[in-house]
Amino acid sequence: MLKDFAEYIVFDLFVMERGARLSGALEFFIYDTLKIFLLLSVVIFIISVIRSYFSPERTRKLLSHKKEFIGNGLAAGLGVVTPFCSCSAVPLFIGFIEAGVPLGVTFSFLIASPMVNEIAVVLLWGLLGWKLTTLYIFTGLIVAILSGIIIGRLKLEKWVEGYVYTIQTGQSIDAPALTFRQRLQLANDNTLDILKKIWLYIVIAIGIGGFIHGYVPEDFLVKYAGPDNLLAVPLAVILGVPLYSSAAGIIPIVSALISKGLAVGTVLAFMMAVTALSLPEMIILHKVIKLPLLAVFAGIMTASIIIVGYLFNSIL
Amino acid sequence: MEIKVLGPGCANCHKMEEMAKEAVAELGIEATIEKISDIAEIMKYTMSTPGLVVNGKLMHSGKPLPSQQRVKELIMHGA
Repeated sequence: MLKDFAEYIVFDLFVMERGARLSGALEFFIYDTLKIFLLLSVVIFIISVIRSYFSPERTRKLLSHKKEFIGNGLAAGLGVVTPFCSCSAVPLFIGFIEAGVPLGVTFSFLIASPMVNEIAVVLLWGLLGWKLTTLYIFTGLIVAILSGIIIGRLKLEKWVEGYVYTIQTGQSIDAPALTFRQRLQLANDNTLDILKKIWLYIVIAIGIGGFIHGYVPEDFLVKYAGPDNLLAVPLAVILGVPLYSSAAGIIPIVSALISKGLAVGTVLAFMMAVTALSLPEMIILHKVIKLPLLAVFAGIMTASIIIVGYLFNSIL
Repeated sequence: MEIKVLGPGCANCHKMEEMAKEAVAELGIEATIEKISDIAEIMKYTMSTPGLVVNGKLMHSGKPLPSQQRVKELIMHGA
């Protein structure tokens, strides 16, 4: 239906020639924009309602003194649905450790949360299909669980800053139970808020994607970034690090590049690097963990993301 | 009245501070608004930033942020 609408605008309303580059790019742009914003509104709204049932305080209680595996799995899952502001990473870390959440479990939570975020998931789903999106979510959760387990096994507690264990947390407020109506209202406000923040980036990115789609020759990237180029994956990961939190602007461009020969595993690795490996977050975390633990954390994340890239390049 | 906005300094924390300032102006009350970014000080109240403390009592914490109207109510409640 959206496809028909986009065709109608381009070919009937603007009376453009079919099969021409400009009309192809424009149709792609209109169709993708409509589809993405529809999906974003619906999914962010639903996620916001779900998140209104979770709080960091409740998650902390659930994870306190949980064992390996179960704890890491639960933490990764809760990382997806627990709402928290990226700037809370440090207080949250302290709060978790203090409440007896094991170090490895805490990391599973902190890794899963940015990696499987609703905006990235919607854009992947809308532009690359549900199969690749499911793959991204599952491998993302597995990376979070395994990295957490490894960090837990390495017994790195000594590299946590001493003051983390001595800070006294005050009693948090018991949030008043919301009515379902209030949750819907909150979700509605939140959805509008997020859309207001990211819409321009997405439109611009879809525009660039449309341009690539219409003007860049097919197979343009096969030679440089196809599955056979082993350097492509680590390079994609390095490129992804400084692009922190700009998933909204990057996915539409990347999805257009896939049609030009960019390998899927490389794309997955790149997306994970963009969402989960962030220099600002590392610098913030340095306040609570010492350099060796930070290095282990970054190293394990980088290694597992690169493995994910190679794995999917070789099986897809 | 003493209002504290808790947050290490991200977009959401700044927004919370703005909302608190606007609410105080709209209500036309006497109040000091202090931005707290020291982690130990924040942890005395909550681990989910941004936080809003009115006269020593935590009135809001975490995401999503309350609406402007709700911030006004929270400040009046805490008074």
